[in-house]
Amino acid sequence: MEAAADIAEAAPPARGARFWRRLRRNRLSFAALWVLAAIALAALLAPWVAPFDPNLPDPEAPLAPPGWRHLLGTDLYGRDQLSRIIHAGRVNLLIAGGATLGALVLGAVLGAVAGYRGGWLDQVVMRATDSIMAFPAFVLAMGITAAIGNSLLNVAIAIGVTQVPSYVRLVRGEMLRVREMEYAEAARTVGNPDRRIVLVHLLPNCIPPLIVQATLAMGYAILTLAALSYLGLGIRPPQSEWGQMTAEGASEIVTGAWWLFLFPGLAIVVTVLAFNLLGDALRDLLDPRMRGL
Amino acid sequence: MSIVLRVERLVRHFPLRGPAAWAARWRGAPPPAVRAVDGVSFAIAEGETLGLVGESGCGKSTVARCVLRLLDPTSGRIEFEGEDLAALRGDALRRRRERLQMVFQDPTASLNPRLSVRDMVEEPLRLHTRLAPRERQARVAEVLEEVGLGRELMDRYPHELSGGQRQRANIARAIATRPRLVVLDEPTSALDVSLRSRVILLLERLRERHALSYLFISHDLATVKYLAQRVAVMYLGSVVEEAPTTELFARPLHPYTRALIAAVPVPDPEARRERLVLSGEIPSPIAPRRGCPLRGRCPLEREACAAEPPLREVAPGHRVACHLV
Amino acid sequence: MTAPLLEIEDLAVRFDTEDGPVEAVDGLGLRLAPGEILGLVGESGSGKSVTAYAVLGLVRPPGRVLRGSIRFEGRDLLALPEAELRRVRGAGIGMVWQSPRTALNPVLTVGHQIARLLRHHRGLPPRAARERAVEMLRLVGIPEPERRARQYAHQLSGGMCQRVMIAMALATQPRLLLADEPTTGLDVLVAARIMELLKDLGRRTGAAILLITHDLGTVAESCDRVAVMHAGQLVETAPVRTLFRDPVHPYTRALVAAIPRVDREVALEPIPGAVPSLLHAPPGCRYAARCALATGRCRQERPALLPIAPDHQVACFAAEPVA
Repeated sequence: MEAAADIAEAAPPARGARFWRRLRRNRLSFAALWVLAAIALAALLAPWVAPFDPNLPDPEAPLAPPGWRHLLGTDLYGRDQLSRIIHAGRVNLLIAGGATLGALVLGAVLGAVAGYRGGWLDQVVMRATDSIMAFPAFVLAMGITAAIGNSLLNVAIAIGVTQVPSYVRLVRGEMLRVREMEYAEAARTVGNPDRRIVLVHLLPNCIPPLIVQATLAMGYAILTLAALSYLGLGIRPPQSEWGQMTAEGASEIVTGAWWLFLFPGLAIVVTVLAFNLLGDALRDLLDPRMRGL
Repeated sequence: MSIVLRVERLVRHFPLRGPAAWAARWRGAPPPAVRAVDGVSFAIAEGETLGLVGESGCGKSTVARCVLRLLDPTSGRIEFEGEDLAALRGDALRRRRERLQMVFQDPTASLNPRLSVRDMVEEPLRLHTRLAPRERQARVAEVLEEVGLGRELMDRYPHELSGGQRQRANIARAIATRPRLVVLDEPTSALDVSLRSRVILLLERLRERHALSYLFISHDLATVKYLAQRVAVMYLGSVVEEAPTTELFARPLHPYTRALIAAVPVPDPEARRERLVLSGEIPSPIAPRRGCPLRGRCPLEREACAAEPPLREVAPGHRVACHLV
Repeated sequence: MTAPLLEIEDLAVRFDTEDGPVEAVDGLGLRLAPGEILGLVGESGSGKSVTAYAVLGLVRPPGRVLRGSIRFEGRDLLALPEAELRRVRGAGIGMVWQSPRTALNPVLTVGHQIARLLRHHRGLPPRAARERAVEMLRLVGIPEPERRARQYAHQLSGGMCQRVMIAMALATQPRLLLADEPTTGLDVLVAARIMELLKDLGRRTGAAILLITHDLGTVAESCDRVAVMHAGQLVETAPVRTLFRDPVHPYTRALVAAIPRVDREVALEPIPGAVPSLLHAPPGCRYAARCALATGRCRQERPALLPIAPDHQVACFAAEPVA
């Protein structure tokens, strides 16, 4: 009877469905989500999606402007630019994603430990973070690639290192907040050891702002990577990447081949914009406290 | 009846930092501190509910947190099942928690939003027992049944539950390991009228069925009157009166207790009752105190009140700290 | 009977939520005479606070007033333009909110906040406003009002903040005071003094008080008349003694039986079920699903609020209306 009486109490509807509905209502960010899905899919399936082999020159059409055969034109050697952009996208997404994921994991662990334990450990982590943040992020990334060389992995590391501090600070702040929640106290009362309190009870409750931060950071990572490559410090030929393609295109612009500059640049702008729009929308949805920031 | 919990001369001070502390050190004065709990003693027998009442800031929640060792006491003994909890730490302390649980005030804030009801109630069993997964699940179902949460709610998350269901889940978690003592920190004050009475009845039924002992912290005297067999009244970090419930409400002796009971509104417009009104507000618990803690607010104050009144027994089981009794 | 100060007729407030429309207040009628203290009681979700918001013209989207009238001193507040309404809100109606600390401005001293009200609504010069502010603090029983006037909300205790709120609400000498759970969250001793203060000020200034609360004890000790709300509807209204001596509506009786009390031994009887979801409000009596006396008619047809004695109205088919 007790049970029956209590079921009558109205319970709110499931959160997942509501979340999806709200995301769909914000049309711009919903569009961003589709754009990103399309870009990711194209990158993943590049060999099947791209109309041509990105490295195969078309001797009949060097420097062809956008047309029916080559939708986005060809370069000096007659390579199809659309195919090149699609293949280069793999490098962009892989490096940006790897850097972001690595920075996220490392930053979350450091931030969680610093926030939960406090004391000297917190001091050490936070001062290290402060020193990294004392450098302009881009200059730091340039310095790192200059020092350790610019293989794919090294470029990802360089970009990741500049991102770690933001996660450390974010997670540490969140830990300081959730540590004081009654459920943290409840977890101790039940008899959880410290490690389990952090991993099961506290860290999962810091995730929503982390997702937002990571989404926004993806955009920034792509931008950093493109800028590094543009300056010749990132990805080098024969590997291609959007920033480096833009750089090549820029040198062709005197010949009137505007498409070689415009389309790789557009790829960067559209992707970064989509990540930022999605990040802002997620922030509104996941973390109402930060709304309006 | 055997004693489950005996707290003796429990003290918890929160030392102050900053300029005030430096100044005191420079003068050679004792360091200033918030004297949240200042020498509290009580005992709870098996199957008994002790109500600990007082206004916010009187130290009752600090007592609860010291008993559970969520806070470390400054001094004093906390004897639980014959062992001093104040001296335990680390794993030894953690293992004790199987027998000593707590239900918190805010049913929403005290549930981890990312754990389902099932996971949450199962957790203490996983930590403290060697039950096989199937046995654990059976126990979870049994406990949920006992607190009146239907099977279909087992896999819900806190935000999918109503306020009353959340508090039931909290209670289920607290009793899952069959503890002997449960500390209840204002478990009903965040609930609406109709839910409040249901949770009160539930707590009472569980106590009877499992011979649980409760330390029931509340500022709601009506609920304390309903649930507790004995009541201790706290003011400014110390117990000023302690008595069996019926005795305390029929014959309150300390002026503070009398004022407190008189101030509870009664749903009867024709009731005529004694009104004893205290002046002013609760003084700061930082200032070192001289004499009776109620000095300056009590309408019955005499010269004798300049000396601190001891807590003495005036009738069987009825202790009062007042010179005028 | 004197002309009512506040007269609410057939008020309906709807909130358009993501899951559909919710009629938080449905067909509410209330009268409040000058100097009277009316208690509005019910569980949370009964529409008590929404009613207060409607009186103040503060129902904002997704909520809106669907129909009805709210007459204050003969003028329909719902028909007034915003600027006019603001004047009424400032000078004619005072409001005491539930959480005083968050209702006070944290960056202004409390004296300044009261003085500002006096300058805006009563046109007092700054100096006089300041002096009057200190006087108001003294009136609500704050010791050392000169010093307190220079302090900020965070430097005051909860009880003090509530006193400041009351001082602010009364500063413009309103004829009506809306108090939404003014003692919830306060300690008993402080709460008792706040209620004494409200009653005393009501008597002295002649202001009527609409006291919104879920605490029947407070109602019994302070109010002249009581209106009981359930799921957005009024189910019973009566003078306070009548209501506690002979409650008629099953919900009123259940409310009284569901609370532990210090003055006598009672067997607790929880109200069965919960306030029904107003998303798909049942067509008949909204209490029917929780009511032991409910019949088929109760589930089909909505009972009207009818007088069963002078000044005692009940919305229940089981009650005997006077012809």
